[in-house]
Amino acid sequence: MSQHSADWWYDEAAGPMVRPYAMVSGRTRPKPAGDELTLTTQVRAIRTSSDHGSLLVEHLEIIKLCRKPLSVAEVAAYLNAPLVVVKVLLSDLIQRGDVITRDPSRTAVPVDMNLLQKVLDGVRAI
Amino acid sequence: MVSVQSDQRSDEPLVPSSVKIVIAGGFGVGKTTMVGAVSEITPLRTEELLTEAGEEIDDLAGVEGKNTTTVALDFGRITINPELVLYLFGTPGQDRFWFMWDELSVGSIGAVVLVDTRRLEAGFGAVDFFERRHIPFVVAVNCFEGSHSYTTDEMRQALDVSDTVPLVLCDARDRESCKAVLVRVIEHAMNKLDVMA
Ligand SMILES: Nc1nc2c(ncn2[C@@H]2O[C@H](COP(=O)(O)OP(=O)(O)OP(=O)(O)O)[C@@H](O)[C@H]2O)c(=O)[nH]1
Ligand SMILES: [Mg+2]
Repeated sequence: MSQHSADWWYDEAAGPMVRPYAMVSGRTRPKPAGDELTLTTQVRAIRTSSDHGSLLVEHLEIIKLCRKPLSVAEVAAYLNAPLVVVKVLLSDLIQRGDVITRDPSRTAVPVDMNLLQKVLDGVRAI
Repeated sequence: MVSVQSDQRSDEPLVPSSVKIVIAGGFGVGKTTMVGAVSEITPLRTEELLTEAGEEIDDLAGVEGKNTTTVALDFGRITINPELVLYLFGTPGQDRFWFMWDELSVGSIGAVVLVDTRRLEAGFGAVDFFERRHIPFVVAVNCFEGSHSYTTDEMRQALDVSDTVPLVLCDARDRESCKAVLVRVIEHAMNKLDVMA
């Protein structure tokens, strides 16, 4: 899988942090939609008829990446952006309905034998 | 927020679920090497933003005026099936990032405490961490060349782990060896679940 250009967020003159923060325009937290995002939460873009005109280029990049399901951590790694910034961007997209999420194994659903057996079989099979 | 999966066919999940296993241990013991040995992708790296004091930043307001630092997380991925993905997260080696360990271990199915016999004591903190949180873990001894050969009893004693914690020897560069370590972690987690039931 191709890594995105390592420094596309970074502004040589202004330093590494300016670009991401400018991008989310100092927004503080993910909107409510993004509250539940953890490192391993899976996100996936869905086809919508929504107007992409108001989206940042970074939003569009995320939509492209998430045509197949990915974790929040993977999105951040491929975009080469700090997690906190990616969570804000993702929550925008979730709010709009362009990206959906699910993570039933996170906290509410207990780790049970059935799940562990699947993981065990999967690891043995690699 | 769009109501998730409402229009989804029951035999075709739209978004998989995920589980994780934490690969912990001291600085330079081979955590990233182990992740890379079993991951289906080259280990990825992502960065979390922290204050200089080592606290997580989840608020971007005024962050440009603060002294910030980043902590890098390495992780790999094993797609179990189309509905389930296993992630392997290496902990940051430096002790001042303990809080990241919390975020990484919440909801994990188990952990590997990787130790290097040349510096056994570096594994002590990790052992203590997972014991306190009742997270199933195994101790994996990464057998670097020229490492001391201790008996397992000596290693258990040095790390203060009881017989109930599996202790395995491994080579973090070897896929089959690391697979065996993961299998032990999952089996151990299953045993613990069985005991509780
Ligand atoms: N000879 C030998 N070298 C190893 C082995 N495992 C890891 N190494 C080497 O040891 C060095 C450190 O390995 P890493 O996997 O980066 O260790 P780490 O625990 O991720 O390190 P930090 O993230 O910096 O704490 C690398 O140069 C590896 O190539 C091993 O089993 N044998
Ligand atoms: Mg590492």
